[in-house]
Amino acid sequence: MWTWFYKLASPPYVFGVAASFRPWLFGAAALAIGYGLIAGLGFAPPDYQQGDAFRIIYVHVPAAIMSVTVYTVMAAASAVALIWRIKVGHAVAAASAPIGASLTLLALVTGSLWGKPMWGTYWAWDPRLTSELILLFLYVGVMSLRSAFEDPAQGDRAAALLAVVGVVNVPIVHFSVVWWNSLHQGATIVTLEGPKMPGSMLWPLLSMWLGFMLFYGAVLCIRVQGEVLNRERQSAWVREAIKS
Amino acid sequence: MSIAPDGLSVDKIHVWRGDRHVLQGVSTHISRGELLHVSGPNGTGKTTLLRVVSGLLRPEQGSVSWRGQSIATHRTEYQAALAYAAHEPALKGDLTALENLRFSVGLKRRCQPDELRAALDRTKVAACADLPARVLSAGQRRRVSLARVIAMQASVWLLDEPYANLDAAGSELVSELLQAHVTAGGLALVVAHRELALACDVRRLELNS
Amino acid sequence: MTVSAWQAFWLIVQREMRLSFRRPEQLLQPLVFFLIVTTLFPLGLSLQLSLLRDIAPGVLWVAALLSALLSLDFLFKSDADDGTLEQLALSGHGLTLIVAAKTLAHWLVTGLALVVVSPIVGTALGIPIEAFATMLLSLALGTLTLSWLGAIGAGLTIGLRRGNVLLSLIVLPLATPLLIFGAAATERAVSGTSVAGALYFLAALCVFTCTLAPFAAAAALRITME
Repeated sequence: MWTWFYKLASPPYVFGVAASFRPWLFGAAALAIGYGLIAGLGFAPPDYQQGDAFRIIYVHVPAAIMSVTVYTVMAAASAVALIWRIKVGHAVAAASAPIGASLTLLALVTGSLWGKPMWGTYWAWDPRLTSELILLFLYVGVMSLRSAFEDPAQGDRAAALLAVVGVVNVPIVHFSVVWWNSLHQGATIVTLEGPKMPGSMLWPLLSMWLGFMLFYGAVLCIRVQGEVLNRERQSAWVREAIKS
Repeated sequence: MSIAPDGLSVDKIHVWRGDRHVLQGVSTHISRGELLHVSGPNGTGKTTLLRVVSGLLRPEQGSVSWRGQSIATHRTEYQAALAYAAHEPALKGDLTALENLRFSVGLKRRCQPDELRAALDRTKVAACADLPARVLSAGQRRRVSLARVIAMQASVWLLDEPYANLDAAGSELVSELLQAHVTAGGLALVVAHRELALACDVRRLELNS
Repeated sequence: MTVSAWQAFWLIVQREMRLSFRRPEQLLQPLVFFLIVTTLFPLGLSLQLSLLRDIAPGVLWVAALLSALLSLDFLFKSDADDGTLEQLALSGHGLTLIVAAKTLAHWLVTGLALVVVSPIVGTALGIPIEAFATMLLSLALGTLTLSWLGAIGAGLTIGLRRGNVLLSLIVLPLATPLLIFGAAATERAVSGTSVAGALYFLAALCVFTCTLAPFAAAAALRITME
């Protein structure tokens, strides 16, 4: 099992793995998202309270879940890169950051659009949206820090440390925001029905979540390939790969 | 190649700065009572090598050992035996020369103000002891940083351009100090552009791009 | 005779204090900033004192955070510029201890100073005297936590162009929990409800940060010093 781990430390191996996984991930993602959208937007019954407006959860919820998942993946890859000095970890982290930030932005925008029919306003300081906003700032911080260094290797390491420090803070931030919101009974807290959701609503949601996960994997493959090529551009195997 | 258990061993150091392969497999060994003079044109990695040997910079590949032990794992012992003088004299402008010494040497060994004044006297800047470092000239600051090296009583000296900003008398002083250190059994790695005219054993490491 | 960790710690704190007091103007700047920022709020909102009381805890805390952040840039900058940071790093005591000593000393002259000045600001914003004890305690804990978080940020951004902007960008999102708990504690003290919960959370946050941050900040310094 450890040999597999050590193989993953090799950039050309990761490049190859990413290349072969890519089409399958895209295909599976297309299927999952396709089913989710069609079943969720077309066939699931309208919510008795919110009418058709609730359908935005099919994008909002998976995006929000993935925004935190991607941050965790980024932090894990950063930790691996820092502790064992495996440089591919930096490539994965650098590749994930913009994807995660975009997903966070998507969650915020869809959450805001959902807010209009729900609360009558495009923005309300409810705990989930506020946590997402702070998460977006954390992403921007990591990306800005990486690009601020002239030596890219140093930038990678600094951004990696920040990602690890940030991931420790994400649950703390979320908890404190929830606590803060409970003090101020301002906007209504929007919650899902949870497992009480009827199957026709729930399955498309789960499918969308899976689809987003697969999509992240697929896009990650492309970006990791790009990052690895860029970082290893001096080495022999890259020159061979470019020639062919 | 047998490595003497006593002394500093540098083994196949590789350092990249961005795309530049600054140090390409540098290896050397310095025993006690030896001085290594590192020279070469600008930009060939002399300061980088010094920083790797001091432990400030971790090389991509390769290792440095002191008395047979890697400096990465035995950091504390190595640093206690080490005196590093960078190209900058590294003095706080708002502190006096004596205070500067107290707050740096004082971290390595317990010392009395008299010892520090004696060290300043050795480098002929005793008069500057109670002046803030920012009013000192470049040459005087260099002498204060040398006094710091002496006061640390370290066995390993890593000096980057110790002759910079010094007049003829100052340069003679540096050579004298180096010779005394090496004769007493210490070892030194000196980065210098100029030729070293020393009575002791000087090995040469020339770095080129 | 080697120097023990405690002796080294206190020597570095002494060094920092001596350096800070040789430049008293630099100590006053964050305090003046604190006063100016809190003055801006009533001017911008043109509220009467009684109405100001409602937003006072929040305003106080945001102003304190920003002022503390302003001074964090200088935690490592001066030492990094003149090369003495390397000397400290090679002193044989490990960067963690050095960072801990420097951060503590920095807090004593900035964060603690903000706490001491806060009653003036509190009065100007209409916070009643009964709330002062909580306000002072929460600010003390909050600024201490911020100093530790700021040490990590400062370590990561030494020597970068516009490093202080990046420092704020990095530290402020991480500081939102302490803002939430600190302002809530002060607000509860003002309205007379129980402050224990908020203060406990704030204290827990402080302890958590104090234990882990020195290692993270030392790691940050190692990265940027290479």
